[in-house]
Amino acid sequence: MKEEVRLMKGNEAIAHAAIRYGVDGYFGYPITPQSEILETLEAEMPWETTGMVVLQAESEVAAINMVYAGAACGKAVMTSSSSPGVSLKQEGISYIAAGELPALIVNVMRGGPGLGTIHPSQADYFQATKGGGHGDYHLIVLAPSTVQEMADFVTLGFDLAFKYRTPAMILADGIVGQMMEKVVLPPARPRRTDEEIARQCPWAITGRPATRKPNVITTLELDTAQMERNNERYQRTYHVIEQNEVRYEKFMTEDADYLIVAFGSMARICQKSIEEAREQGIKIGLIRPITLWPFPYQAIKELSDKVKGILVVELNAGQMIEDVRLAVEGNLPVHHFGRLGGIVPNPQEVLEAFNNKFPDAKK
Amino acid sequence: MTIEEIIKPENRVYAKPRLLNDNNMHYCPGCSHGVVHRLIAEIVEEMGIEDKTIGIAPVGCAVFAYNYVDIDWIEAAHGRAPAIATAVKRLNPSRMVFTYQGDGDLAAIGTCETIHAANRGENIVIIFINNGIYGMTGGQMAPTTLEGMKTSTTPYGRRIDLNGYPLNITSLVAQLDGTCYVTRQAVHTPAAVRKTKNAIKQAFQNSMDGKGTSLVEIVSTCSSGWKMTPVQANKWMEENMFAKYPLGDIKNTVKQ
Repeated sequence: MKEEVRLMKGNEAIAHAAIRYGVDGYFGYPITPQSEILETLEAEMPWETTGMVVLQAESEVAAINMVYAGAACGKAVMTSSSSPGVSLKQEGISYIAAGELPALIVNVMRGGPGLGTIHPSQADYFQATKGGGHGDYHLIVLAPSTVQEMADFVTLGFDLAFKYRTPAMILADGIVGQMMEKVVLPPARPRRTDEEIARQCPWAITGRPATRKPNVITTLELDTAQMERNNERYQRTYHVIEQNEVRYEKFMTEDADYLIVAFGSMARICQKSIEEAREQGIKIGLIRPITLWPFPYQAIKELSDKVKGILVVELNAGQMIEDVRLAVEGNLPVHHFGRLGGIVPNPQEVLEAFNNKFPDAKK
Repeated sequence: MTIEEIIKPENRVYAKPRLLNDNNMHYCPGCSHGVVHRLIAEIVEEMGIEDKTIGIAPVGCAVFAYNYVDIDWIEAAHGRAPAIATAVKRLNPSRMVFTYQGDGDLAAIGTCETIHAANRGENIVIIFINNGIYGMTGGQMAPTTLEGMKTSTTPYGRRIDLNGYPLNITSLVAQLDGTCYVTRQAVHTPAAVRKTKNAIKQAFQNSMDGKGTSLVEIVSTCSSGWKMTPVQANKWMEENMFAKYPLGDIKNTVKQ
């Protein structure tokens, strides 16, 4: 398969990107608004072409454990779900992190808590960036704002996951999952051979050849001194990721007097708000964190020296704002605007909220 | 006759399997796990499939199975071993994949994964140690605990009105079209050990041949949990456990 330009939903783009990346296995369970990922994969029948395994599991719990299993074998494996389903996966995600295994998890967020709504939300920010499951661990969290990024982050997510032997998550929202846009799908690359996997992942479970000792993937360690050393090793990895993998995008920040911080689909709505604000003579800039973990603390801190205030806009009651406040260390006022329960504000509503929070900006 | 003349392959009745390492087992005296571990090591060695065998360890007493048998292992979350075996086998179809699970792991928290893996006919083997109790956590009631049986959470004996009936999950699994071989064995006598060995061997062959799901239940003792000596436990198992969980093949669609 060559590079191809297509019009499709974000969810479909993830499925196509996975096949083209050479993913070995996808294990999923239906839940709105992300079922197109599983549906597209079943329709594409990649097991006939690339040999990719696609399985509709009996539950989200089974699916994430299948991912743990595939990752333990050194395979490129992934799952996807939406908020309530991702809550169910948290135990398995903790095991994958503790097992130092590479894997990709997609969360196309819907409104919660509880069964919530099928409409878009960004209310799983805390869950994704602060752990989610039990124990001290982090995921690399990528927040796409376009259908193109839905496709691109499959590649980026797997590349980072294998580079650091740690699970990565695409934290999308129902808008990016459901909307259709033009997307450039990358040329297909072949799945890795067993020899390549054995070389790249000498720790992988393959069946033990006579030439090596048994490989064991376990997250249990009853020797507390060893368990502390394991944790210290995880933390060292996280530290390196924090040093090397922060990603963000700036929009009109050069001359900005104020800053909006937003991620995912909300960042695109805010871009429009900023354009309208500038027509009224209010100079707002946008910073869009692409990696929610590691978070671009430094970039926001640097900009905070140049602006008078920050508005954090999220489809939640105020989650990322905590990281923004940590970044600016009390330097300047940081306010929040969010809609809840699946409601998405339009650009005018965001601008109105900005004007209410920063009445001096118009003067 | 010198000792050299006696030590000949044809005279040898037992040797420690090469794949069973010298680590001290944490199992209690009289526990069935050690015997079953040895059988697995023996069979993998005899079949010459150690480079193709992948074991999935449970949560429970056998969580440390990977410390004793020198093959590749994945340690599963509680109850999830059949889901893990599913993915391992699908991603590595040439491998022999087995889970090793106790009654709490397989028949309580993992019932969903057990039923669905077997119903899909995954080409895996489930080795099911049924001693009617949670050993690792200190002897609590399991789904397979017999009526009247005392455990730390049924201190006056299991009551049907409070705790429901003992779950015969093996017979349940045998109903599923995806299973090819379902059998119930024990390891309390040399004869029983040999039968169990044959059962596990057939199950492993089924996995290699892609015949569907095989489940080998091994009715076992837990002398510590049952608060009996190993001898008492074996006798109690024969008199009580076998009545509810009778030994023998329940289903075999792969006739030798």
